[in-house]
Amino acid sequence: MPKLDNAAGEPRVDLGKYNFERDELPELADLKELSAEDRSRLLMAGIDAGELQRSGTYLHINHSKAHCRSCRKDVEVMDTREALEKYDGLPEYYWQAVDKDKDEFTRAAAENIHGGYFIRTKKGARIKDPVQSCLFIKGENIGQNVHNIVVVEEDSELHIITGCTTSADISSAMHLGISEIYIKKGGKLTFTMVHNWGEEVMVRPRTVALVEENGVFASNYILLKKVRSVQSYPAVFLNGRGAVARFNSILVAPKGSHINSGNKIVLNAPETKGEIISRTITTGGTIIAPGIIEGNAVPAKGHLECKGLILSDGIIHAIPELKGTIAGVELSHEAAVGKIAQEEIEYLMARGMDEDQATSTIVRGFMNVDIMGLPDKLRKSIEKTIEETEKDMF
Amino acid sequence: MLKIQDLHVKVGGIEVLKGINLEIEQGETFILFGPNGSGKTSLLMTLMGFSGYEIIQGRIYFKDRDITETPTYERARMGIGMSFQRPPTIHGLKTRDMVRLCAGDREVDVEELAEKVNLTNFLDRDINSGFSGGEIKRSEILQLMAQNPSLVLFDEPESGVDLENMALIGKTARAILDGPQEPDNSASLKELQSQYRTSGLIITHTGYILDYINADRGQVLYNGILCCTARPRDILDHISKFGYKECVRCLN
Repeated sequence: MPKLDNAAGEPRVDLGKYNFERDELPELADLKELSAEDRSRLLMAGIDAGELQRSGTYLHINHSKAHCRSCRKDVEVMDTREALEKYDGLPEYYWQAVDKDKDEFTRAAAENIHGGYFIRTKKGARIKDPVQSCLFIKGENIGQNVHNIVVVEEDSELHIITGCTTSADISSAMHLGISEIYIKKGGKLTFTMVHNWGEEVMVRPRTVALVEENGVFASNYILLKKVRSVQSYPAVFLNGRGAVARFNSILVAPKGSHINSGNKIVLNAPETKGEIISRTITTGGTIIAPGIIEGNAVPAKGHLECKGLILSDGIIHAIPELKGTIAGVELSHEAAVGKIAQEEIEYLMARGMDEDQATSTIVRGFMNVDIMGLPDKLRKSIEKTIEETEKDMF
Repeated sequence: MLKIQDLHVKVGGIEVLKGINLEIEQGETFILFGPNGSGKTSLLMTLMGFSGYEIIQGRIYFKDRDITETPTYERARMGIGMSFQRPPTIHGLKTRDMVRLCAGDREVDVEELAEKVNLTNFLDRDINSGFSGGEIKRSEILQLMAQNPSLVLFDEPESGVDLENMALIGKTARAILDGPQEPDNSASLKELQSQYRTSGLIITHTGYILDYINADRGQVLYNGILCCTARPRDILDHISKFGYKECVRCLN
């Protein structure tokens, strides 16, 4: 992704500014040991401190694991460092999807791993309740390196909710996250990521997913609050026949946010399908929304939909790309950047809503998360955050 | 109920309504005929107060209040309801929620209303998203039922509707116009009419809607000017025989 590096105006990360020195914090026996304030930060990022309706939890604070447990025998949840020890370095998975030498961030993450989650299902297991993970930063100018590995074994199903957040009192920090996701034959993973950072936080995740025959990868990404800079470009390779990938993102950039967030789907096998849907709103910040679907096998279908609303002066730069390398691929995209259609506002006004009510109704619809199929409680919590975000929009 | 005085309206710098005078009484249903491009939809849009319809002369009164400058939502709250011919899709806004929004502060049983227009299966769909012509009409009527206006502006209730749906739309449109009560003997029909009936301003090309509703009066809008006041049936018969070109003679 050469064009994404050094994108115009993108804040540069000075890794030397942050403290990556490992200081192990004591583990928590129970998430309820967290302060009420921290718990509410977690909740906004989708993490339930009571662990209700969760199949497991991994909580990482600053540079180490703070709490980790699985509630079921058919899903393993552990610290990646422990998994590396237990499974002889995880040769099949560790740095197998993401290139260690990709950039300064992958190299930094490889040099000094702080942990991260290793989640693996048992073959055929249907894990109904989500496994939740939280990568939490508490402390000014902390630099966090995590390396996550997810293995969805054959014919198993899993939902991971991962919330990344900082405690309320800090503004500046740096998060590096490597995520390698392996979905085996017939496996299904829903991966929901909620970002809720401090205002000066720099975020550089690097994510790659490999999907085998008839596997499904559904990824949801929600970023509603101010963040200094996110640069993220998860890629999924559909390598087996009949594999499916879907990316849904909802991004809001208030003034001061720089969000460079896109997706890549590579259709490498027949009968694969890929879909990228993004909804972006700027209220003064910058959003770069690249997306590429590449079709290298037939029959294969891909669709990319990228919609942006500029509510007050900001920048939305949508870059939809399609690349077909073989006759017979079906790739399409639709992209729109602009304002709320006057026609829609007037339609609602003709039903008795004033302009502000009409506008906020339309924006709420635009950011609708129904398509993501989230658990009820998480959906409500996100809708609440959207409502709060909305107050700052107009 | 509605009084339009010498209304001149420009759209995109061109005068499309050239001195409209029209009065609609409480409970009265008025039918507006006219060829394509004669200004019918512009008249409805102007009455609703949409942007792009610039009033250069004349006044509009509704319930004895001058609403010429009143914003759209205020007009809606005062009791003007409009059925759109080509309403926009609003993504992420479910039909169910839209109907509730139409009701404002009043409590409505959305399911029950939706049943009347056979739309219960659409309540969880985004409003107007992928709706057929007939579905749009039924959804517009559903919204009007929730809104409960005292004046209904209906733009071509029959366009894009098959015959089966036409009957359903015709009947529910009538129910909206007739109000909730069946006439009884305790009061005169005229009294009941003025008490309960909703006023209507309906645009039609085909006249199919006349099979279902009790229309009192009609006029032809031709080239921005109203002419040929008559019973709607008679106007329709005349137009089907001679076309609109006869209206030109009438104007001269």
